[in-house]
Amino acid sequence: MAHGPAPGFSRWLYTTNHKDIGSMYLWFSFAMFFIGGMFALVIRAELFQPGLQIVEPNFFNQMTTLHGLIMVFGAVMPAFVGLANWMIPMMIGAPDMALPRMNNWSFWILPFAFAMLISTLFMEGGAPNFGWTFYAPLSTTYAPASVTFFIFAIHIMGASSIMGAINIIATILNMRAPGMTMMKMPLFVWTWLITAYLLIAVMPVLAGVVTMMLMDIHFGTSFFDAAGGGDPVLFQHVFWFFGHPEVYIMILPAFGIVSAIIPTFARKPLFGYSSMVYATASIAFLSFIVWAHHMFTVGMPLFGEMIFMYATMLIAVPTGVKVFNWVTTMFRGSMTFETPMLFAIAFVILFTIGGFSGLMLAMAPADFQYHDTYFVVAHFHYVLVPGAIFSITAAVYYWLPKWTGHMYDELMGKVHFWIAFIGLNVTFFPMHFSGLAGMPRRIPDYNPLWADWNMISSVGAFLFGAAQVLFLYNVIKTIAVGRKATTAVWEGSHGLEWTVPSPAPYHTFTRPPDIADDDPHLVAGTP
Amino acid sequence: MLKLSSRWFAWTSSVVLAAACCGVAAGEWPLNMTKGVTDVSHNVYGLHMTILFWCIGIGVVVFGVMFYSMAMHRKSMGAKAANFHESTTLEIIWTAIPLLILIFMAVPATSTLKQLYDTEDADLDILVTGYQWKWKYEYLGEEVSFYSNLSDASREQIYGPKEKSTDYLRDVDNPLIIPVGKKVRFLVTAADVIHSWWVPQLAVKRDAIPGYINESWTFVEEPGVFRGQCAELCGKDHGFMPIVVKAVPQAEFDTWLGEQRQAALAVAEAAKQHLSFDELYSQGESVYNARCAACHQPNGAGVPGVFPAIAGSKVATGALEKHLATVVHGVPGTAMQAFADQLTPVQIAAVITYQRNAFGNNMGDSLQPIDVVNFTQNQ
Ligand code: HEM
Ligand SMILES: [Cu+2]
Repeated sequence: MAHGPAPGFSRWLYTTNHKDIGSMYLWFSFAMFFIGGMFALVIRAELFQPGLQIVEPNFFNQMTTLHGLIMVFGAVMPAFVGLANWMIPMMIGAPDMALPRMNNWSFWILPFAFAMLISTLFMEGGAPNFGWTFYAPLSTTYAPASVTFFIFAIHIMGASSIMGAINIIATILNMRAPGMTMMKMPLFVWTWLITAYLLIAVMPVLAGVVTMMLMDIHFGTSFFDAAGGGDPVLFQHVFWFFGHPEVYIMILPAFGIVSAIIPTFARKPLFGYSSMVYATASIAFLSFIVWAHHMFTVGMPLFGEMIFMYATMLIAVPTGVKVFNWVTTMFRGSMTFETPMLFAIAFVILFTIGGFSGLMLAMAPADFQYHDTYFVVAHFHYVLVPGAIFSITAAVYYWLPKWTGHMYDELMGKVHFWIAFIGLNVTFFPMHFSGLAGMPRRIPDYNPLWADWNMISSVGAFLFGAAQVLFLYNVIKTIAVGRKATTAVWEGSHGLEWTVPSPAPYHTFTRPPDIADDDPHLVAGTP
Repeated sequence: MLKLSSRWFAWTSSVVLAAACCGVAAGEWPLNMTKGVTDVSHNVYGLHMTILFWCIGIGVVVFGVMFYSMAMHRKSMGAKAANFHESTTLEIIWTAIPLLILIFMAVPATSTLKQLYDTEDADLDILVTGYQWKWKYEYLGEEVSFYSNLSDASREQIYGPKEKSTDYLRDVDNPLIIPVGKKVRFLVTAADVIHSWWVPQLAVKRDAIPGYINESWTFVEEPGVFRGQCAELCGKDHGFMPIVVKAVPQAEFDTWLGEQRQAALAVAEAAKQHLSFDELYSQGESVYNARCAACHQPNGAGVPGVFPAIAGSKVATGALEKHLATVVHGVPGTAMQAFADQLTPVQIAAVITYQRNAFGNNMGDSLQPIDVVNFTQNQ
């Protein structure tokens, strides 16, 4: 038990410890968040006013593409995997992940994938410039030469995700402490279990579609080339069969995080634990049969259009159940508003607003007007930034004392929250208006009609960016000089992770904890 | 205590109301979707407003409860936490009510969708083809077709601090002309990558996909000018691919069609004349700047790895025949299009002459329009 980490850099290179790997994932994601954020700021700087001032259109397209890819695959997904690595074993009373050696690999191939992706910026012809959705034939027949590196990078990221997902499933199914039945697992564990199945189902589809591209580009096939008898729309069907579940991959673990935080700070059990589990599963199921709502304008038959519209509208039902459950958890609680709670509440409000615009987008005839405008940009940022980023931020503040043994600076956390909250809304709310007024997305320059809203959006974006610098500072400060944290940390703490000391020792639960039926440490709300 | 919560309520609802009212009176700060000018666009707008108000309504209730709890049930106010965590009745209610609202919304959505898809019995068919980065319009059965590019006025304002005009980037050299009071069907396709033909006021958006012909339609009752843009990322100049539709009375439309046929004859006539080197060069310069410079750059340097240079290029300093073939047929699989029917023989002769003598190429040779005509006819 005295066995601790190896000294120096080899500790990190060879580690199989879930906590080390979790930390590496989180730092990697944080770095990617800043790089992807910088690309977003290039976009917003160019869009500050009409006319081309800072970058050329081709470079602008490279920025949107890399921003989207890096945020999705580099920032959000690795952050969730990092949280899973850190927390799932501690939440289910396991000593480590089930497949620790593979865990090391699934992390370490990621930096290579992203180094390769970002290096395309310096290649002749430039980085990928066809959007994160990389529709063929723009991304095949008309792409810059660097597209091949992009394809390899995607393959590696996909492999990493699949390995991570297998590991998480194996851990959850096999390594739970005796007495922890499935319906006693914390929701974060549940949501990750479902997410991991989604990953295993759709990452191969992504790998397939980029492999087809590779064949079209280098081996003379024409999957997507109409001139050779191929079909550009096939690309979109395959892409979105991956892509739609992917957006749920970026939100389901967030549901789990928020379901842990709200009960803690409301000092009241989570309302409707089992309906939360069922709602998550229904959302995951529905996510497989709605992909074509991203393609309402490609010219599907009327019947197909109707089916996809109804299926999409249905997702609002389980999502609504979740929101109602969180609100009811707060109702008649005894609430305090520490930083994690602020981020969690903002999550519920802003994610709901994003859900509303999603419901509007589900109306196929109206989507003909919304599609590919800034209204869509507003919609997906309202789900992704508060949904994924705010929940991850909330999780970091919530568990940071457990990870480091130090308390973060509460005042600075609150300042971070408010600047981020205001910045986010100032950035993305006006995009609803510019989109409804007809501004297409992915354009480097625009008509003066939309100038005022764009100027406001750009100011908000820089404000949001500044808030994140504060976050970085606060995390470093916590590690360096934060005051000592207690074991339970929060007054309303529930769950096994709060039974181990802060900081969590390098090895935990080498002997499984015994979970009695009425164990008070189990997740709040478990029957 | 109650006062606080009702203040919250009043505050949120008045913000929402104010936003909604501004939407109606949009001026400098456009807030809402256009109502448009067709029956379909009115229905789409109605659907949009209905679902928006449902969302606002649900939002007021949900956020109302939430803000109430945050105001009243805080520890600092001495609130003691209750312990309830389940209620099957509640959970059934809030599954059932949204479901009913959705069914209620699905009815108008379905009927508008059917209307959008009803492309039968059109009076006029127009084939719309998307190119990087322009549109081609063909009036089927009328022997009239032309290309529609970003207007020069807009192009000149892109760089530099120049004041942007009202229609900046939303103006074209040749607008699409349609008759009022007629059902016009658009057949939409593309020649290279995927584009999307979108005119908000007509509520028409259809992807233009190589190898596919998509259908869509409109019926405009009053004359007017309606503007839109390409709505699918289609490469570098995706933001510079506007659409202008001009609806005119039937008589005016017929006159215009006649003029277009006349103009086609004039082009054929012009191809027979002999032009001096200077005429070719200067006309070539303006064609180059309007059509070629977007990729090959105004100074002919191209963009390394993306678009080849003209200055010192093998084609522009090699055999005339090869140069002509490249411009006429394009280079398949690249952004270099076949210009045979985008430019007149005079323009092709002029721009080739220009390319061979500008940017230090100094080839000293030139091409006559009739050479272009002969070349295309011999293929
Ligand atoms: C400071 C925060 C952010 C700002 C200011 C920002 C801004 C933008 C802008 C201006 C665009 C271009 C929209 C267009 O022209 O179509 C964009 C696209 C996008 N953003 Fe963000 N964004 C931010 C954060 C995020 C985050 C956290 C995510 C994901 C979790 C994200 C995901 C995307 C995606 C997927 C696209 C689409 C890229 C594409 O068009 O291919 N963004 N963002
Ligand atoms: Cu286009």
